[in-house]
Amino acid sequence: MHLGHSLSHGGPDAVSAGARRPDGARRALRIGLGGPVGSGKTATVAALCRILRDEVSLAVVTNDIYTREDAEFLLREAVLPPERITAVETGACPHTAIRDDISANLEAVEDLEDEVGPLDLILVESGGDNLTATFSKGLVDAQIFVIDVAGGDDIPRKGGPGVTTADLLVVNKTDLAPHVGSDLARMAADARAQRAHLPVVFQSLRGEDGVRDVAAWVRERLAAWTA
Amino acid sequence: MSRGALLVLADGRFPAGGHAHSGGAEAAVGAGRVTGAASLEDFCRGRLHTTGLVAAAVAAAAALGVDPGELDAAADARTPSPALRTAARRLGRQLLRAARVAWPSGELDALAGRFPKGAHQPVVLGVTARAAGLGPADAAYCAAYESVSGPASATVRLLGLDPFDATGVLARLAPEVDAVVSRAVGAARGAVGEGVDALPAASAPLLEVGAEAHAGWAVRLFAT
Ligand SMILES: Nc1nc2c(ncn2[C@@H]2O[C@H](COP(=O)(O)OP(=O)(O)O)[C@@H](O)[C@H]2O)c(=O)[nH]1
Ligand SMILES: [Mg+2]
Repeated sequence: MHLGHSLSHGGPDAVSAGARRPDGARRALRIGLGGPVGSGKTATVAALCRILRDEVSLAVVTNDIYTREDAEFLLREAVLPPERITAVETGACPHTAIRDDISANLEAVEDLEDEVGPLDLILVESGGDNLTATFSKGLVDAQIFVIDVAGGDDIPRKGGPGVTTADLLVVNKTDLAPHVGSDLARMAADARAQRAHLPVVFQSLRGEDGVRDVAAWVRERLAAWTA
Repeated sequence: MSRGALLVLADGRFPAGGHAHSGGAEAAVGAGRVTGAASLEDFCRGRLHTTGLVAAAVAAAAALGVDPGELDAAADARTPSPALRTAARRLGRQLLRAARVAWPSGELDALAGRFPKGAHQPVVLGVTARAAGLGPADAAYCAAYESVSGPASATVRLLGLDPFDATGVLARLAPEVDAVVSRAVGAARGAVGEGVDALPAASAPLLEVGAEAHAGWAVRLFAT
């Protein structure tokens, strides 16, 4: 589907779901990370930055609910230079900013490409919201939904748009499963049933190289994007 | 004019970034000036007759074809708070993005080329109205109504205010919105011949001061 809305006159392109920037160069691949508060989205973003920053040119957009904590965490951890991290304010409604009215996020993404580009990859973290929050296709090319084992092992069974349709489902904090009595085998079976052939990764970021599988999935996406 | 197009442009769900802004309501709630429906009504009335009037006049002038560059400078001169200037341009840029897809036009493209980081939102609103086949009063209505509907819906979220009460506030203000729009359009027609100095310059110092304080808050729900 082409959403570039070819425009006759000057000025920046109105929307940017098209794969090219106004100057004809390929824009960065945009991957969204959504999921409930505290499931490990920011930790996953940080781990991805550490592992991918020497391979590709990347930047991050965060959507905090009422603070700048995610952006500040990433800055403090120095996972990327500060000019590669932008925080978007979402007006108490994080899912609106990634789905119904994506204008502020599109702006952040475009400004990053203008100011620190060329970029290969932009990670867009949603402010933690509910299980129905998904990204607009006008904003991201692929989305990762992050849940954790401590949020209840019945979440995959309950489904919902994030669990069911995200391009990658990540079940995080597997290290906590024994402590909270979550049944990983059941979560895996439920996720398979909800998602047909879409992939699921179980990970613990407490472990060495915990983000390995998600990073491999991102690399595949990047290869397909630039092919 | 197309009443249908006006509804599209005036719809609170029009995806132009407004949902992230409280129009000063969050600062006023924080300062204890807005605590319920009655004080919300006072707040909205004040905003309508000051920044609402100015925004409506600028939007109407843009819809009449007054030069966007001059209008953008006029809006700057009427917006003392740097935080509000930045927000107005950001909202203008966001509106322009949505408008260019909704009503593709050479004028909107030219505006984007001239102001890649955004012109003041009411300027973009007026040019958008032209692109949508709407007139100066339509543009002024959108600006004037938005000057009160934004704070009202934000206050529902901030205070848990009864949404029926908040809507009642807007309904009671509707006749004043009509009056502000006719003043704004009159001034905008004046600006066509006499230049942008004919536009009103009503200001609300507490809104400007509150916006500067709010911009420094570490924890807030809204961008302004
Ligand atoms: N035990 C454990 N804690 C984790 C893991 N991943 C993240 N956390 C912690 O969970 C908390 C919330 O993570 P965060 O990334 O901020 O969640 P977000 O709200 O989804 O962005 C933080 O204290 C993280 O350190 C994990 O794999 N195992
Ligand atoms: Mg986070």
